[in-house]
Amino acid sequence: MLFFVQLINGLQLGAIYALVALGYTMVYGIVKLINFAHGDLMMVGAYLSLFLYSSGLPLYFALPLAIVATSLTGVLIERVAYRPLRNASRLSALITAIGISLLLQNAFMILFSSTPRRFPSVSEQLPVFVIGTNRISFMAVLTVLFAVGLMLLLTAFVHGTRMGKAMRAVSEDMRAAQLMGINVNRIISLTFAIGSALAAFAAILYGFSFQQIDPYMGAMPGIKAFIAAVLGGIGILPGAMLGGFLLGIIESLTKAVMPAGYTQLADAVVFLVLILVLLFKPSGLLGQTTREKV
Amino acid sequence: MDKVKLRSYLLNALFALVVYGILHALLKSGVINPYYRGVILLIGINAIVTIGLNLATGMLGELCLGHAGFMAVGAYTSALFTLNSGLPGLIGLIPGLILGGLLAAATAALVGVPALRLRGDYLAIITLAFGEIISVLLRSFAFTGGARGLNGIPLLTNFPLVYWILVLTIVAVYMLIRSRHGRAILAIREDDIAAEASGINVTRFKMTAFVISAAIAGIGGGLYAHYIGILSPNKFNYNYSIDYMVMVVFGGMGSITGSILSAGTLTILPELLRRFADYRMLVYSVLLIILMIFKPEGLLGQKEFSQRFAANLIRRLTGREERSAASYDRHELSVARETTRRARERGYLTEQGPGDLGVGGRRRRPEENIPVAGTAVAESEGRTLTRQGLDAGSYETAERKGRR
Repeated sequence: MLFFVQLINGLQLGAIYALVALGYTMVYGIVKLINFAHGDLMMVGAYLSLFLYSSGLPLYFALPLAIVATSLTGVLIERVAYRPLRNASRLSALITAIGISLLLQNAFMILFSSTPRRFPSVSEQLPVFVIGTNRISFMAVLTVLFAVGLMLLLTAFVHGTRMGKAMRAVSEDMRAAQLMGINVNRIISLTFAIGSALAAFAAILYGFSFQQIDPYMGAMPGIKAFIAAVLGGIGILPGAMLGGFLLGIIESLTKAVMPAGYTQLADAVVFLVLILVLLFKPSGLLGQTTREKV
Repeated sequence: MDKVKLRSYLLNALFALVVYGILHALLKSGVINPYYRGVILLIGINAIVTIGLNLATGMLGELCLGHAGFMAVGAYTSALFTLNSGLPGLIGLIPGLILGGLLAAATAALVGVPALRLRGDYLAIITLAFGEIISVLLRSFAFTGGARGLNGIPLLTNFPLVYWILVLTIVAVYMLIRSRHGRAILAIREDDIAAEASGINVTRFKMTAFVISAAIAGIGGGLYAHYIGILSPNKFNYNYSIDYMVMVVFGGMGSITGSILSAGTLTILPELLRRFADYRMLVYSVLLIILMIFKPEGLLGQKEFSQRFAANLIRRLTGREERSAASYDRHELSVARETTRRARERGYLTEQGPGDLGVGGRRRRPEENIPVAGTAVAESEGRTLTRQGLDAGSYETAERKGRR
């Protein structure tokens, strides 16, 4: 039954990747920019929730506040760093994104040192499911439910509201959308706000699941979430979710199979997934091949 | 070979020799102490890798975030070669370096094939992932020494070797970029769709540039291994890749001169500011963001230090007037004449001035009119003609860029 346990672990990890991947995919869909700082926004979210929580605020107040604050950070980053470069070359925008990512990592490293901090644990207060001989923590179930719920909510928002419609229009053709009277800047800000809020959600789930946060915690999950987004088909919301879960499961199963001491190689397997996807189906599992128009 | 070319080749060779002679004399006589000798070697190695990265990022326009990974491949390969082959001194080092460069190139091909076939920024993410993975792999294998890395690598890297490999790199990259292949690479950077439409095999040239860039990094890595003597998998991390990224961006995207200058500056500054080492990456990140917003082409842009630049500088310093436009390089003027003649043949240029250029539908305002060649005005403005004579294409690109 090791397989079953690893599957649950994979789903839990995958849910976190999925939430981060949703933000990646939204931002990429709208501004066609790999927001390298997205993984680091997750780190910002984790630190903010830790500090707001340990400052004595009740949980149900501290966490939403942290999510809002992270979301504002994301909007601020877009406003200060990405907006001036909207019409610049793609390379400049990418380098700026790298710069922001480095800035966040190193600023937090200097402010809070690189030693990991303990995240409060809530799992003692939560029930544990027992199936046969396996114990499944309620946290794992909660993480998966949260991720799926947020994805559904987001899909409903994008497909069911006027704002969502505007978002889809901007991602299709920014100029045409502008000519139709859509405030493109506001839509882009909104996208960053939602993406960053999802990253903060992911951060909180990460914190409660693994109980340890550090300034570089966003880097690797950031890459993996992007790979997840590509795997599912970049720009597609359910694709990001599917990619995230698949990647999480692949990672935890490889970790289980690898001999002790080589578990780090699971990262290499994830990397292999990226290469295979790019080789055989660059548009992703759920994506359709589209012809490039000039 | 015509005389002018031969003269400038000889001048360049002489320049390289003189610089070598001066530095070598200073090192030998002990004016430069061993500590600074180390710094100079490190500058040389960094300049080699930076020029290599500049080929991929500045000239091809693809972001590579895993150059430390390619260096690691080269470093470990050449170190293992010298440690195990038993060949003494340079006889062991040089094949090791070549092997390291080749293996780094092969790795780059492996990483590049999936990413470079596609449009978009996949190379950035795939090289970023590669950079992370390579240190994991180096830590996991026994023959790379695991987490302890490799020790006791003979310290074979010396000044002449680094200097001449640097010169070789400069010559190779410069000649590549001035060749037909190089123009294809630059065209891809400017606009890959237009390049493809002009019959350039975009994937092939992207691969060429990227693989050469990685090979140079591999050679640089090999030099580094035999300079420092110890290799640890942690050395070649993400931040190390970013160091080179910053050197390229800071010096100028596409400028070899800029790469050398910034490799020098950004190697010396951290040495001087050791006390603030914790803030280095923070400063780099802010530097990257500010540069991108205000001067995205880097400090030197695509400018190079050339013989003409030097000649003009000397002239200005000695107070003599710049060469008058009329006596502007005879060669350039003849090119200008030829361009104008062809333009008129094809109807781009009428006697009244250029008028409608027929491309992009943009009319020049009358005051922008270009004088017709053959007249005295044209001759005195030879420079204007070559710069603006037929650049209808560049208007087109400028507009397209704005549209994106």
